[in-house]
Amino acid sequence: MTRFQQLIAKNQAALSTHRKTVNVVMLSLTGLLTLLALIPLFWIIGYVVYRGGKSINLDFFFHLPRPLGMAGGGVLHAIEGTLVVTLLAAVFAIPPGVLAAFYAVRNPNTPLGVALRFSTDVLSGVPSIVIGLFAYAIMVKPMGHYSGLAGGVALAILMLPTIIRTTEEMLKLVPHALYEGSLALGAPEWKTSLSVIFPAALNGVITGFLLAIARAAGETAPLLFTTLGNERYDIMGIIRNGILQHQSFFQIFGRLVNQPVDSLPLTLWKYAQQPYPERIDQAWAVALVLMILVLLINIFARLWIETRKRRLQG
Amino acid sequence: MVGNHTHSTPELVMKMEIRNLSAFYGKFRALTDINLEMYANRITAIIGPSGCGKSTLLRSFNHMNDLTPNARVEGKILLDGADINSEHVDVVDVRRRIGMVFQRPNPFPKSIYDNVAYGPRLYGIRRKADLDELVEKSIRQAALWDEVKDKLHRSALALSGGQQQRLCIARALAVEPEVIVMDEPASALDPISTLRIEELMHDIVKDYTIVIVTHNMQQAARVSDFTAMMMIDENLSGRMIEYDRTEVIFTRPKDKRTEDYVTGRFG
Amino acid sequence: MHTHAKTLSEAQLLKRLRRCFQHGDRPWQGILITISILIMVLILAIGWMLWRESADARSLFGLKFLLPTSDASWDPVNDHFQAWPFIFGTLLTSLVAILLALPISLGIAIFLAELCPEWLRLPLNWLVELLAAIPSVVYGLWGIFVFLPLVVAPVGQALANTLGHIPGLGLLFTGPMPQSGSSRLGAALILTIMIIPTITAVTRDVLLAIPNHQREASLAIGATQWETIWQVVLPYSLSGILGAVILGLGRALGETMAVTMVIGNSIEGTPSLLRPGYTMASVIANEFAEAVTKLHTQALIEVGLVLFFITLLLNMIAQLLVWRVARRTPQEARA
Repeated sequence: MTRFQQLIAKNQAALSTHRKTVNVVMLSLTGLLTLLALIPLFWIIGYVVYRGGKSINLDFFFHLPRPLGMAGGGVLHAIEGTLVVTLLAAVFAIPPGVLAAFYAVRNPNTPLGVALRFSTDVLSGVPSIVIGLFAYAIMVKPMGHYSGLAGGVALAILMLPTIIRTTEEMLKLVPHALYEGSLALGAPEWKTSLSVIFPAALNGVITGFLLAIARAAGETAPLLFTTLGNERYDIMGIIRNGILQHQSFFQIFGRLVNQPVDSLPLTLWKYAQQPYPERIDQAWAVALVLMILVLLINIFARLWIETRKRRLQG
Repeated sequence: MVGNHTHSTPELVMKMEIRNLSAFYGKFRALTDINLEMYANRITAIIGPSGCGKSTLLRSFNHMNDLTPNARVEGKILLDGADINSEHVDVVDVRRRIGMVFQRPNPFPKSIYDNVAYGPRLYGIRRKADLDELVEKSIRQAALWDEVKDKLHRSALALSGGQQQRLCIARALAVEPEVIVMDEPASALDPISTLRIEELMHDIVKDYTIVIVTHNMQQAARVSDFTAMMMIDENLSGRMIEYDRTEVIFTRPKDKRTEDYVTGRFG
Repeated sequence: MHTHAKTLSEAQLLKRLRRCFQHGDRPWQGILITISILIMVLILAIGWMLWRESADARSLFGLKFLLPTSDASWDPVNDHFQAWPFIFGTLLTSLVAILLALPISLGIAIFLAELCPEWLRLPLNWLVELLAAIPSVVYGLWGIFVFLPLVVAPVGQALANTLGHIPGLGLLFTGPMPQSGSSRLGAALILTIMIIPTITAVTRDVLLAIPNHQREASLAIGATQWETIWQVVLPYSLSGILGAVILGLGRALGETMAVTMVIGNSIEGTPSLLRPGYTMASVIANEFAEAVTKLHTQALIEVGLVLFFITLLLNMIAQLLVWRVARRTPQEARA
């Protein structure tokens, strides 16, 4: 018998069983932990659907809030506010984000390129409430009042890292041959980037936008002291009045964004803290709307990119 | 210099036998009807052009193909007469009994000592004295001891390619397998390291059965007692063309395809 | 002579064309560079703004603002502001969350990277990421009305009955839990759920990046799959896992809405997990819009500054760690 065989001779069978048992137990444990993590997911979604579904009706979507005690009333102001602020944020964040992504793709190894990627990652870790404070300091304080504009800026800063990162990844997927071919034909760099590379990456890039928008739509903290909240926000009313009073486009636009604005997450936050059952019910309904909005965008965006990817590879 | 080593068992004793082995990746049949015998304390070489399934064959011995999804092996693989391709076989035990050395050295990013001690530790050997003994024995067998005996606790990644490969051999030897399969062990190495490994093989074959896959025919001729010739058929499936003593394969092969291959007419 | 003049003008024409195209290119490059610099400057701008807008508070309170002095309190009425209670609350809840989330996330990442059958991988990845997509306020609402009464309260009670009697450690588990369940424990548990996707995703990517030949080397010796994971795969990826944990910690520190809604928002003397607490993000969220005095506002901004610096530091460390792992394991990644 060799030395090795000697050493392992005693309790070899027991050790072997032990090793196999540990293997099965630990591997199963990882599967169990995965299931465990999914429990809150289904619990929250299920409960929100159940509780929120009870309080939702058509009124909810199309009416402004009514004082407590009066039936009906909805959260139209919040829905419109969310739309306006999120749209503003997208307009503010997408152009610079895409341009920065162009730079990062073309110059991955220059000092600026490396610093840009590093900064983007670090920026994505800044808490959203701190970004809200920043937006307060540069917009609300100088302007003297809360506004949808300030909220848009705050959310734009929040969206920026996501947009840069996903746009960059999608641009990288475009075959280099396309870029070289366009340049060889004599097209300048900017034209190549905008008319050739970007459209080729469009599907993935749009997915990135959608995911960033979904995140921004669900944020509360940055809006707490930028848009503040406004229960009488009514886009149609503003536009109608503006037209009646012959206001210019800019005046109407200004009125739309330059005042406090509400949003779905803000409304949820406010209603959840009020001691009135009707408000709590509405809070659940808002949660349902918000969750559907966010999850739908998420699921849609991912399905979009998966089918496009499969078509490219197929 | 054909199989020029003294045999510890002058008569041929069957160690491993492959019967009607076929391997599948999903629907694709990578190997068809392989039959092969490997004798104890002998070196068997498997040669053939690239892509003919030599690696697949080797990996089916110790169930490494189980890692690939949709991989399936049919047929019998007999180790000392017992079929290790059956469903009830203890895969972990088979892998200890059949050690494998890979084409590219793959030491763990641990110390040299810990690399070789990895196997014994799995088997519950904990005492430092015991481990020291086993580690030294294995590294000596791999002809690496003099070069590393003073730096056992340095990282294995600091070694050269040839040294790393010998370390991987030592690591495989530490759990005292019965069969050692080597998948082109020297193809990524320089000629001197290659020679070192071939000498190593000569030295340890008295204790082990060795199967080596190589695309280097001169190496097969130098080192092995038996040689098996594989090629892909018209369905791109690997088949065993001819199998015989090395001197026969290289001087008077029976199959024309073998003759063409060993005389360098193609491949 | 004639031909010479012709070729000259051709060359001149080409030069002019080239310059024309380059003209398009230079402003383009200029725009790209400007935007990129602006984005980098953004982080500095945030820090600078916070620094500037908290100047009075900083000069008034100095370092005492952060320290756990015996009289550390937050008193807007008397203009006395010390952030220690919030710092403590933030650190306690986040650290407990990390402690709980780490093994769970590790397990999930191992399952996703090593064990999961191919067809299940994408859907499971989606589902785990979906956990991160749920808005924080929705977590908070569910937290108040479902999680606190049904999970946190009973768990807290059980902890008080068992661990509350241990000397030393028991300090963390004493004191009656409020009937609503609002407590640091509630915040820590909800944070755990919320940071699991972050840690899991990064860890999973780190594990997937480990070359397959390492696993093969281990299995070929006769190690079981678990032994391979525990003794080869995980040690190889330690710095990446650390980076994931730090990223998760950063996320936990900055989480505002869900925490505010379940933590009880009160400063108290006891360090117990079962009592209500307060975090840096929560106090800013609750008090900023209604802060009356300038000093109050500045003090809140200073809290924001502290939060900013801590998360900034953690993020930079995490990026360096994850970046290091990505550099160490280049092309040979798992399928």
